[in-house]
Amino acid sequence: MQRALKHPSFVAGFSMVMLLVLSAFVSLFWSPYPVGDIDIPNKLAIASAQHWFGTDSLGRDIASLLLVGSQNSLLVGFIAVGIGLGLGVPLGLLASAQRGWIEEVVMRAADFTFAFPALLSAILLTAIYGPGLVVSITAIGIFNIPVFARITRAAANTVWSRDFTLAARAAGKTQWAITWEHVLPNIVSVLIVQATVQFAIAILAEAALSYLGLGTQPPQPSWGRMLNEAQSQMFQAPMLAVYPGVAIALAVLGLNLMGDGLRDLLDPRLSRKR
Amino acid sequence: MSSFLLQRLFSFFITLAVTSVVVFGVLEWLPGNAAQVILGETATAESLAAMEEKLGLNQPALTRYVSWTGGLLQGQSGISISYDTPTADLMMERMHVTLPLAVMAMSITVAMALCLGLYAASKQNSTGDAGVMTLSQLGLALPNFWLAILLILLFAVHLQWVSAGGFPGWSVADGGGVWPAVSALILPALALAAVQTAILTRVTRSAVIEAMSEDYVRTARAKGLSKQQVLWKHVLRNAMIPVVTVMGLQFGNLITSAIVIENVFVLPGIGRLIFQAIANRDLIVVRDVVMLLSAMVILINFLIDVLYAMIDPRLKTGATSP
Amino acid sequence: MICLIPVCQGSAERVAMSSFNPNADQPLNNTPLLSVRDLRVSLQTAQGQVDALRGVNFEMQRGETLGLIGESGCGKSLTALAIMGLLPERAQVLGSVQLNGAELTTLSDAQLCQMRGARMAMIFQEPMTALNPLHPIWKQIAEPLQLHQGMSVTAAKARALELLERVQLPRARERLDAYPHQLSGGQRQRVMISMALACQPDILIADEPTTALDVTVQKEVLSLIRQLVSEDGMGLLLISHDLGLMREQVERVMVMYGGAVVESANTQDLFEMRAHPYTRGLFAARPRLGLKRGTRLQTIPGHVPEIFNWPQGCAFAERCPIAVPSCAVVLPALEPVRPTVTDPLTAHWVRCPIWQTLEASA
Repeated sequence: MQRALKHPSFVAGFSMVMLLVLSAFVSLFWSPYPVGDIDIPNKLAIASAQHWFGTDSLGRDIASLLLVGSQNSLLVGFIAVGIGLGLGVPLGLLASAQRGWIEEVVMRAADFTFAFPALLSAILLTAIYGPGLVVSITAIGIFNIPVFARITRAAANTVWSRDFTLAARAAGKTQWAITWEHVLPNIVSVLIVQATVQFAIAILAEAALSYLGLGTQPPQPSWGRMLNEAQSQMFQAPMLAVYPGVAIALAVLGLNLMGDGLRDLLDPRLSRKR
Repeated sequence: MSSFLLQRLFSFFITLAVTSVVVFGVLEWLPGNAAQVILGETATAESLAAMEEKLGLNQPALTRYVSWTGGLLQGQSGISISYDTPTADLMMERMHVTLPLAVMAMSITVAMALCLGLYAASKQNSTGDAGVMTLSQLGLALPNFWLAILLILLFAVHLQWVSAGGFPGWSVADGGGVWPAVSALILPALALAAVQTAILTRVTRSAVIEAMSEDYVRTARAKGLSKQQVLWKHVLRNAMIPVVTVMGLQFGNLITSAIVIENVFVLPGIGRLIFQAIANRDLIVVRDVVMLLSAMVILINFLIDVLYAMIDPRLKTGATSP
Repeated sequence: MICLIPVCQGSAERVAMSSFNPNADQPLNNTPLLSVRDLRVSLQTAQGQVDALRGVNFEMQRGETLGLIGESGCGKSLTALAIMGLLPERAQVLGSVQLNGAELTTLSDAQLCQMRGARMAMIFQEPMTALNPLHPIWKQIAEPLQLHQGMSVTAAKARALELLERVQLPRARERLDAYPHQLSGGQRQRVMISMALACQPDILIADEPTTALDVTVQKEVLSLIRQLVSEDGMGLLLISHDLGLMREQVERVMVMYGGAVVESANTQDLFEMRAHPYTRGLFAARPRLGLKRGTRLQTIPGHVPEIFNWPQGCAFAERCPIAVPSCAVVLPALEPVRPTVTDPLTAHWVRCPIWQTLEASA
């Protein structure tokens, strides 16, 4: 823990992520203005004491939109990563424990999914099943499954090849017991690091989908959609296009830094030479 | 040809085939049938029937799949619902924008990433290295479409050096020309390249650092080679192996990112095509474009494997790694 | 005899380089081939600065074979790397290393590059990874030839073939175009030897050259090294942890422990007399034939201290049967075992002021 506090990447990243979480949490109870409040006479106002970041083309307070939008980003990240972990990790553990044809099938399927451009498939799915938060989260989540399956299998394989698992087998433990008691605890750090990476990717992907109009639908605020709306106002109110992007970038940067820091701290053997 | 390449070739064809099945399959699994999706909820029974006829939905799925793939192999693609022209023509036309865009973006990426990555690796842990790493972190965090918007804000709105979007066309007859076309693609290419450069720089840096710590580098130094000579003669070629892998993966990324970027800049490319097709519910176009893009990605991965075999003699002679 | 080498930075370096001739004729008579005096190396680690070498002293004459023995972590490889100038940039090197009277520690990297491969050569432990997997064999052997002797590609390739035949690589002509992964470990090591000897250096440093090889191949490779070294009149510094090897292959042996040489003698004297307590323990720990069943194998009690935990004084003090309190405080100086013998080839030195007490209890 002390090392964590001294690691610059981790501290920086963690603070940014905490800011994000805090904003989301606060916005559950309070925001400067209700997000639904349309105030046409005050539209496209510049930053002032009343509206810290100004207003958009419908007079809505940008600060509030940004704040509540953080809920959206967090939600997407959690669920998408959750899907990946929930389905990908068991698959990876299975592939690693069973080996043989099961491993082949799982890995081929994972490889194959990688060949498919992910964003494209997400767009396709939202097109067929209709745009919206649920569909876009699912689409993004589905592409997390092969990522986690692959990484779980690779990490689990290194644990299985260690002698103590052989000893456990010789002592009569079943594969499932070994997986649960030995393999899983040893790969947790890898999974945590990957989870932060995938969280960041999910936020970016959802932002892109929302920008295209295929993600979170109004009235739920979304940073990506805010950027789309801002683009049409580029000449009148250029700053509108800056704020939501900064929010996204900070969230992603924070997660990436935190992930890098965690990678160094949790398992120095994992950390690539820096 | 070595067994490695044969294996890869085989894998290439199998992946193509499976992809086609999946693409076809996904579009079969629609809520309601294809005709309903295309025409929407307000369609009358007659128009639905007509559409079903047109799509051949009365035939079993297998027949339709075979006629589709058979057509593709013979160079005939489906007919777009909304434009009523062969999708192949549509795609060809759009490729005139997307392909140059992808090539420009990839060139910028490779040029910048190799320079920055090499620099950072050779000056490891110095301020120069830290600077490069920080820049790359920023590059990774920026959504590319936001960067695109920022670039537009700076260069089009504020400085007015280029237009804020649109594509004039390659031929002067159409009102464009080579230079106007290229200048319309510069900002989009930069936006695309930024993230990919950040990724590739990191990969290059770590690949070079990794290669520099290998034993054969120590041997080369013991023979009297200077650090520079070691870098060029021994390290680079070995470091290229992981770098080339990532470059291949990035191409797939580029193509999908182009979908978003083309929308930001309103460029009439493949990305915009598929987006409009989805909006128009033109499933034929969607199906064919997805197949094309997937095929391109699979082809690139195959070419990367060929490149491997050329670089690494261990693959050429089919030896297993020691 | 001192060779003055002006070492200037920057633009004056070219002047320095022109007056520095690595191929200058060797000075006559008594200058030793290699002279290492009070060599100290300090490394930067994650836990801070550590003294890895604490004053290594020895001399090697032309044509002499010198062995360096010790456990892992005692600094043997570090000594070799320090001589070659191949330590990481942030290592601090103090003391003197002279090759043919020319001081190496003050040379710039460019000047050292001219020496390495040409006048001094080194072969390493792991032939598997020591060769570049992407270059054919002949190219790797030709590299020093092209670099130091300016040979053309064809000339260098022909010479590479000669060298491969000299190291007795079977089917040398076919193997020229082969890649490292197509050869076995012993064959790769032969390639390494031919690479090292290509420019006929004055000294060859072999850092555990056979440790990674099969036992059957070890002997062949070692005798090959001995043969080539004596044919060319080179000096050989053989580093190993294997006592048996030392007995057969070298004329003098130095024992290292805790970053310093603790005993140095000619092979026969070392094997017979074993002055230093560590050397005694090392010899006693060897399993021998003919012991009665059930005899416990002797070990040295305790374990090798980590480099960060080396005491100020003798590093062996904790495990030494005859240690006294002053041992751990001050690093003893080297003392002659037989003060009357001064010939460097037969002198016997030990780094222990009370080594005679061990004699008594032996």
